[in-house]
Order: sequence, then structure tokens, then C-alpha cells
Amino acid sequence: MYRTIFIGMTGLLGFAAMAAATTPLPTQSQPGHSAIQRGLYLVKAGDCAACHTADGGKPFAGGRAVPTPFGVIYSTNITPDKDTGIGKWTEAGLYRAMHSGIDRQGNHLYPAFPYPWYTKVTPGDVRAIHAYLGTLTAVRQVDRKNKLPWPLTMRSGLAVWNKMYLKQGTFAGNANKSAPWNRGAYLVNGLGHCGACHTKKNFAGAVKTDQAFQGGMGENAFAPSLAGDMRDGLGGWTVADIVEYLKTGSNDKSSAAGPMAEVVHDSTQYLTDADLTAIGTYLKDVPRIGSKANGNEAGNNQMTQGAAVYADDCTGCHMDGGQGMAHVFPPLKGSAAIQAKKPDTIINVVLGGAAIPVTTTKPTGLKMPNFHDKLDNAQVAAVVTYIRNAWGNRASSVSAGDVADMRKQMRQKGD
Amino acid sequence: MATRLKEVDVVLVGFGLTASILAQELTDAGLQVLALERGGFRDTVPDFSTTTIQDELKYAVRHGLFEEPERETLTFRNSMDQCALPMRHLGSFLPASGAGGAAVHWNGQHWRFLPDDFVIRSHTEQRYGKKFIPENMTIQDWGVTYADLEPYYDKFDYLNGVSGQAGNIQGVIQQGGNPFEGARQRGYPNPPLKRSYPTVLFEKAAKEAGFKPFPCPASNTSRPYKNIYGVQMGECTYCGFCEWFGCGNYSKASPQTTIFPVLLKKDSFSYRTQCEVTRINLDSTGKRATGVNYVDAQGREFEQPAQIVITCAFAQHNVHLLLLSKIGKPYDPVANTGVVGRNYAYQITSAVDVFLDEILNPFMGAGALGQAIDDFNGDNFDHAPYDFIGGGYIALWTTGGRPILQHQLPEGTPKWGAGWKKALQENYLKSCSIATHGSVMSYRDSYLDLDPTWKDIYGNPLLRLTFDYHKNEHDMSNFLTDKAAVIAKAMNPRSFHPKPRKGHYSIVPYQTTHNTGGAAMGDDPRTSVVNRYLQSWDVPNLFVMGSSVFPQNAGYNPTGTIGALTYWAVDAIKNQYLKNPGPLVQV
Amino acid sequence: MANPPISRRRFLQAAALAVPAASLLGCHSDDSRKILAAANAPGPLYLSEGERHFLDAAVERLIPGDAKHPGAREAGVTTFIDRQLSGPYGMAETWYMQGPWPTGDEEQGWQSKLTPAQMYRAAIRDIQSHCQQKYGKHYEALSTDQQDDVLHGLEQGHLDLPDTSAKQFFQMLLHNTQEGFLADPMYGGNRDFAGWKLIGFPGPRYNYVAEIEQYGKPYTLPTVGLNGRTGA
Repeated sequence: MYRTIFIGMTGLLGFAAMAAATTPLPTQSQPGHSAIQRGLYLVKAGDCAACHTADGGKPFAGGRAVPTPFGVIYSTNITPDKDTGIGKWTEAGLYRAMHSGIDRQGNHLYPAFPYPWYTKVTPGDVRAIHAYLGTLTAVRQVDRKNKLPWPLTMRSGLAVWNKMYLKQGTFAGNANKSAPWNRGAYLVNGLGHCGACHTKKNFAGAVKTDQAFQGGMGENAFAPSLAGDMRDGLGGWTVADIVEYLKTGSNDKSSAAGPMAEVVHDSTQYLTDADLTAIGTYLKDVPRIGSKANGNEAGNNQMTQGAAVYADDCTGCHMDGGQGMAHVFPPLKGSAAIQAKKPDTIINVVLGGAAIPVTTTKPTGLKMPNFHDKLDNAQVAAVVTYIRNAWGNRASSVSAGDVADMRKQMRQKGD
Repeated sequence: MATRLKEVDVVLVGFGLTASILAQELTDAGLQVLALERGGFRDTVPDFSTTTIQDELKYAVRHGLFEEPERETLTFRNSMDQCALPMRHLGSFLPASGAGGAAVHWNGQHWRFLPDDFVIRSHTEQRYGKKFIPENMTIQDWGVTYADLEPYYDKFDYLNGVSGQAGNIQGVIQQGGNPFEGARQRGYPNPPLKRSYPTVLFEKAAKEAGFKPFPCPASNTSRPYKNIYGVQMGECTYCGFCEWFGCGNYSKASPQTTIFPVLLKKDSFSYRTQCEVTRINLDSTGKRATGVNYVDAQGREFEQPAQIVITCAFAQHNVHLLLLSKIGKPYDPVANTGVVGRNYAYQITSAVDVFLDEILNPFMGAGALGQAIDDFNGDNFDHAPYDFIGGGYIALWTTGGRPILQHQLPEGTPKWGAGWKKALQENYLKSCSIATHGSVMSYRDSYLDLDPTWKDIYGNPLLRLTFDYHKNEHDMSNFLTDKAAVIAKAMNPRSFHPKPRKGHYSIVPYQTTHNTGGAAMGDDPRTSVVNRYLQSWDVPNLFVMGSSVFPQNAGYNPTGTIGALTYWAVDAIKNQYLKNPGPLVQV
Repeated sequence: MANPPISRRRFLQAAALAVPAASLLGCHSDDSRKILAAANAPGPLYLSEGERHFLDAAVERLIPGDAKHPGAREAGVTTFIDRQLSGPYGMAETWYMQGPWPTGDEEQGWQSKLTPAQMYRAAIRDIQSHCQQKYGKHYEALSTDQQDDVLHGLEQGHLDLPDTSAKQFFQMLLHNTQEGFLADPMYGGNRDFAGWKLIGFPGPRYNYVAEIEQYGKPYTLPTVGLNGRTGA
């Protein structure tokens, strides 16, 4: 079962956490709020709970499996329990972890903990986060052992990794840009750690800095380009579109699916409009890099087969012309997510279904059924190829083998 | 022995439409609410997914979404001198089981009753004289008026996102709407649905015949709609699988598509499925409900204490529960005493099938996509020349063209063989049907009580239904059928085939799930079970929802009025009862 | 007539009548159809060979095939009925089946102690013995006129069956035959959309927004079933 779906389901079963959503969170810009309140807001912005809370587990007590190409890493307990959590951690200790990726005992942390981004967070914000984490209910829960092959179990190797890939340093503004741009850059590249998914990674799992935000893999989904391409980036989106998407989970161009649905649900919906506008302002300035080549072209046979599957199985919601229904079902025509460089997210959604995130502003959580039984690999490949190339869309075709691979990945993940 | 559970503020018996409205409103008022549902939980995805829901055999023919007589049924007879026998499988009506109740599988035909319907006895006596009402007819005024209910009708319209054309806004008749309707404060939230070809032909013919056709009000949304609770609905795509099916693309109003997304997030609301309530418990005075007893899926019995008990089950099941719990005096038709079970009513339907030469594509439709005339509903016409009370609408609905159950064959077609096959082939795409949907009055000999012989799986006596159509209903229905035939003829068909309702009421063929009465509302405890706020006269912390409170049935589908009455009652609970718990109407 | 081999997918659907499909399939099989290929194709689920022969003949009289359009037999209606009888319907699983069992009036509906599956068994046995007595042959060996006579006898109640109501059985057989001819092909009948193509029903399609106001125009997309354009 996908986490996205899981979230939809728990939402329906009376998700207690939603109560919190009804209170607007304080922000840095609001003076007079205590560090704790600001810390809560920053912890939301950093989406800490997403990794540090296991499915069905106690909040922030860790234990969630974070799959990486190298093995499974389990998140740690960050509640203030003195023995099993971070109750003994000082503010400086937390700063060192976030800034340099080194824990209280001096051990290197795996970069599944996004310190390559958190290094940008200011000491003042770390102080607030520390203050807030100290108010959590302490949970006694010993951290799970990671499932990594030797020699990756040797944390000392991470010193080399850090030397090669970690660029330590608190966020430095760009004086030539506006205040919102700078605030956006700080959030996107710091706590937001957007590049962790939206930027391609190298063999060592470090982001390719020369490919920033041009799209990358996150779990079994492809996190599309955030650069200014019209076809598969945010070129067609306004700042307001970005704000609506991050605030509510959908806009008239797209709906969050896969891991992004989780991000909206757990994190971005709680950000202030000012911060979301800042993020939008920054992202609208991300340049496109590289060639336009988008893989192999779709063949006629596959398009014909895909059109048939689309007509039979998809038009009930996405409509004949792929236009979707305004405010209800996302459009496929002209959608950057559909035309993303890699089709993984789309294959994943067709096989497993999807749920639009449940947010305070948009509580409905409309769902798409799964097609893993109804359609075989060739049919899924054909329909995904079709929606990526119909109505003026253009993107690489998908093979039955790609679909088989995704079924395998999803099975391994236990979806 | 029953295990006693922690008390809640409000326990709801059932988790269908009325329960969902009550839960949403009462939790908003700060109460802790629990719904006990005998069926399972169901949601759009996965239960009504577009990939699986359009299965006529599973849902329409084999009754996939309905209650199972194996667990609970009733016995039936036409008259008191017969032995009632168990309804062994469903037929004439189809109550639901499971979250969302019958509002999952309804068509979405969303009507308001006429102002006169609520005061039928006083109005009829005034206009036609006391003698106009037959002696054995036990119709009565509702204790509530259309004007009382209008704001609540309005709220329900805007909950469901009804698509339609208003006919009367604040007394001003609107072009293209139903000129006979009661005044509404504003128009419908959404414009009418697109029109199917048969409805266009009907509209033209009805006008030619001198009638006043209008698009039927539909709880199928004609465009994306965000409702009063901020819940987003889709746009109907005319797939033709509404009635007896759930909606796969969020465009038919049901608790799943209008309330659940906000309700189920509340900490103050919870529900338990596969839990069948078997008793409402009373304290030693018999004047206060202390909660309910229920049996869960494992057969364990629980006592659920509550400050307020509200029965939200299907019409006759509310009555069954009152009788089993010995609340209120059971109706005795011989002595003509008591109230619980009194004034059961139903509806009387007929059809005129129409066969044309053109392709009509009957499979393109929606549950409430239709054109109707209201010229012969209620007291919209002078009854003086006729020997009956009541009326109904005449409508051409294009709800779908599901092949097994939705095809018309010309008169005289063989029931099977080559002739049947040929007629099916030649007529499926080229036929439609005009429906009449008539009121049924209440009578001294139409009632519900406990059966002396048969028991349900919990060992409780089954409910016994004694009901038949009376002359008044047959006369009225024949009158409507004749008028429908006038319109059919004006459609210039190849042929048409009137199918009047004949003979005794039968429990076998499907007619309508508009069962009403048995816990009638009113302003006199001698003739009603609940007062005008749906509050039990005998047990003031007990309320009864749904069509069980209708004192007789009108000529419209009941859901609109059920929704309005629910909002009306919950308003009284919130704004009157909670401030001063006790009887809301003094006798 | 030899039964065509049952497709793997159909086997699954038959099995799914009793078991939720998901529990058989598991999630995200490499390709659900391939998993099914590993399963053995089943034979009949409830009916005996003799009962199938009777039904093949009877349903073909109720909906006969002709030069252009297959009838009920070719459309797989016998297989449909077989699967229905082996599932919840045949077992009257959701029906109220507690006694006592007095006879009632027609308006009071079904009052037989027999489940549909039991009624088929008893009625077919008794009809066959009637045919043996009267014609010295099994029903399926009679001329089509004789077969029709037997069906008319059942329909009108002239033919007396010892254990079942002839009228009631006939109505059930007729309904089940029409169901099998017109239900989604995944239930075993309506093979190759025989019934739907006969009448012009395009199958379960979810969107007619663009077509509903195209008055008088034929709908053009090909027939589809819940399992796609190949039907079963």
C-alpha cells in the first residue's frame, strides 16, 4: 500500500492530527511568538515527522524505513527521551548534526538525513527547532539497526563522502535578488530539501549540483523538473499556482501524487502564504539546463492501443480530451507531471491508484482507483505513453518492461 | 450479558444519510457522536470505483449493495385476513446496508413536497369538504409546514449540489421551471443536466399536450461543485449507472461525496460497522432512553449508553426497533388505538413505454436526468370531478440503458424465443418509457406490527407488513397513466404501450424504495409517534429520522424531504433541546 | 458440442464469485494474467454433464441463435448459469430461509425451501423423466417444436413437477438465461459480447458528455466489458 493512500485512508478513519491543521501556525515574521512555536513551524517546513515517524508509530519516535539505493536506513528517535531519543542533545549538538552530519557521539550520520540541505539552516532556526523538539512527549524506543551491506556499515567512510559532496555553510543570501526570492531560496534549499528528490543523484547518492531541480527520483516516483520548461517543468505555472498547489495539494494544472502528496499533507500545507509565495518566487527563477531530448518517440501501435485503454478506462474522470475536471480531477493535457522526463510517477499512479492530499483548504481527498489487476503491462505502457503524447503532449514512450520493473519495485516496497 | 461501554452524548442507529447529517451538525455543536451501522464501511474508492461499479448483474440483479434478508426481513400480506409470509429475497423495495445507506444507491431524484402535502387533511377538507376523504383513510397534517421547512430544504439542496431550474423563487414564477412548486428562497446551486434525446422529445410533446414540462431536479451534479461543508464534487458524465450503484466519479450526492470527507476527520465522531442495534434501553420510568444494545459481527452484545438516542435506520426498521423496545403504544387496527406502526404508506407507479424510429442511445443517462410535468401532482389540479385524493408527477427519465433490467418491448412481444430476441434487437436503442410516480394515502388497514411466527437471526420477531393499494390509489394512478399516454401519443411514436398498475400490491417486482410511515409525525400524540421536531412523545431524548415519520406519502421521491426534516430536527436539537432537554412540544 | 477451453481469466472470475479477487491475486503481480496461466482451467462447477446438456438445449430455445446472431447456448449461458448456481445466488446465501414454509399467494413471493441450485437439480431431473415418459427421449434429443412444448408446459404450469413449481422454475430459468445473455462477459455468458452486440449496448463506459446531446446519432466506440475489449 502506498503511503499516499495510507494517508488518505487514515484521514478517512478520523485522522487525529488534522485537528492541528485548523490552527494557523505562527511564522518567523510574526514577532512575539516564542521559539517553541517557531520551532514547530520550522519542523513542519522541514517535514521532520515524515521520516521520523513510522507508520502507526509514535510521533517523532523514528523507526520508519527509508529505502535508499544502497539499502534500508531506519530513521531515529528524536523525542526528548534521555536514553533512546535526543533528550541529552544540546542545541550545539543539534546544530552540528544538521550542519555537518555528525551526531552527539561524534559519529557520522548517513545522508538519508538531509544534512546536505539542513546545513543551510541558520543557528537561530536550529535553536527554535531544538526548543520545540524538547517539548515533545518523550518516547522510549531504541533505534532500529540499518540494513546496509558492508562496507557501507562503516560510518567512517562518510567522512570521505562529506569531503567530496557536502558543502557546509549556512544560507548566504543573494543581494541582487528580492527578499521573497531569498526567503524562498532559504526554504527550498534548506529545511524544504526539495532537491533531495527533484535533483538527479550520482552513483554515490549525492545530488548533481549542476542539474539542480531538473528532476530526479524520490522513492518509486519521478520528482519532475522544477525548472522553467513549459512542457515538463513549472514554466506554465504562475507563483499563485505554486502557492495553491503547496497549500492545498492541487491546482487547475495538477494534483500532488505519490511522495509529493505526503509532502503537501505533512508539510507545505502548514506554511504561510508569504513563505509559499517566497518558494514560488524562487522556483520561478530556476533555470532550465541541458538538452530538450526527451527519449524515444511513441510508436503508432502503442498510441492506438493507448488511446483505446484511455477511452475505456480513463475518460470517466479525466474526460475525452485529457482536460480533467476543474477543481476535481487533474488535467493530463499540458501537464508537466505527465510529461516529466521519467514516467515512473505516472506508471506508479496507474498501477496503484492515487489520492489527492487531504488539506485544511481542500478536505475532500478525491481518489483514483488502481489498475494493477485490470490492465496488463502492455496496456499500462500503452496508456501512459498515450497520455504523454496525446493532445499536444510530448514525452518519452514507456515499455511493458518499464511497467514490470515498477510492479517489482512496488512489491519490494510492500505497496 | 451485554458489556456496558462508555457513555457518549449521542448514539445514532445507522450510518446513512440522516445519520451523516446529524453527526456533522451535532459534532459542530460540540457533542460526542457515535454511529452504529449494521453493514460495512464503504467509500467511492475502492467500493464504487469506475473500474468495477458498472456491473448490472452484481449490483442491480444480485443486489450487491442492499440489506440481506437472511439477517433481517419482514413478513408480508395484503390484508388482515391473510397469513403474512416472509419476504425471502428482496423485490418490491431495496433498503441498503452499509455506510451511506440508501443514499449510496439512489438515483438522485431530488424533490421538495408541495406546500399542500404537509396540510393534506385540513386542505382537502377545506377545499372539497370533509366527506371527500374516505372513512378508512387516516391521512393527517404533518405538524410542520412547507414554510417551516423551506430553509432546511434549501440547506439540503446546497449540501447535495442539486442541478435544476427553479420554478418559483420567492413567489416569482421562473421560466422553464416547475410553476407548481412551493416558493424557494433562491435557485438551485447548479444548472440543469444536459438533456438526453428522449427528454427533449418528451418536453416537446408535453408542451403540445398543453402541460408544463421542466427539467427534473437532480442530485447528480451538472458541473464541479463545492458544497456547504467545503467538500468537492465532480461533474456527472452520464454513465447511466446511478440507481442501485454507487457513483465512481464523485458526481452523485451521497454521504460519501458530501459529508464523509469532513465528518470522518473529527475526533468527536466515531462509527462502528457490522453492529446491529437490537434494543433502545429505557430507564425505570420508561420515559428516558439510556442508550442502546447492539450485537457486533462476532455476536457479542454491548450496551452503549447515551444521553440522546436517534434512530436513523431505514423507514420500517426504525418502527421495528420501537416495537421491539416497547416504546410508544403499538397500533391496533381493530380497536383503532395506538400509534407505532400506524400509517404505513408507499407509492404507486406505472409506465407508458414509447417506441420510436430513431436511435435514442438509452445507455447515456443519469439517475435524475429527466423532464417532468407536475400538472397532476398533489392538489395542483381540481380533484372535484374525480373520486380520488392525491396525484403524482409524470416524467420521462433516462436513468440508463442497463441491458438486463432496462429494456422495453412492444405490447404483444413473446416472452421468449426468436420473437423476443428480434424485438429486443429492434427496440433497445429506440425505446424509452414515461413513468408516473403517484402518492399513496394512509389507511386504517395499512400498518406495521410484529409477526407472531417468524424471527430474525437475533431471535426477535420479524416486522409484519400489511398493505395493499386501495381504490383511491388505483383510480389516481390510472388517471396519471392516461395523462402519460396523452404525452406518449404526442411524441408521434411507432407505438406506445401503457402499463397501468393492476391488482393487489405485490412484494415481488421492484416498484420503489419509498416506504414510509409507522412512526408518523404530527401535533397530536394520539395519532403520531413523534412531534413536529421528530422527537418521541413518550421518550423525549429519543428522536426518529427518515421517511418513517411521514404520515402518508406524497407524489414525489422522498429524499429531499427526508434531508429537510433532518436539518429541521437537528436545528431544534441544537438550538432548543440542548439548552433545555425535555419535550419540545407540550401536550 | 465440446466446451471451449475456459480462459484463465475466466477461471479467476468464477473463483472470485466466492472469494474476494484480491486475496487470489495478491497485489502487483508481474502481470495478473500470467499468474492466472498457472492455474488449471476448471470444468463445470455445479452442473452435471447431463444437466448441462439439458440447459444447452433449453436456453437455446429461450434465446435461439440465427444466421447473424448467436443464441444463448453459443453465448455461454449454460456456463453462466453453472457459475451462478455454484455461488451465493445458487446457495440463496443472503435469502431468508427459515421455516415454517406454508404456501402463499403470488404477491407474497418465493416461498420454496429449495435454493436455486437445488431447484435446478430437482426440476431438470423431473423434466427429463417427463420427457422420457412422454417422448422416450431426453429433452435435448427432442425436436425444437417438442422442446418448445415442454417449455410452454412449464411456463403455464400445465406440466406437473413433483418437487418444484413448474411456473417458478420456468421464470427462474428464463430470468437466468436473459441475465447470462446480457450480463458482463466476465460471468461466463454474453460470450464475445453476443448479447450486447445484438442490441447495441456499448458496455460499461463512464463518459458520454460529448455524445449525449448528439441526438439520433449512433454511438461508435467498440463494445467493452469490465475486463476490456476482449470481454471475458
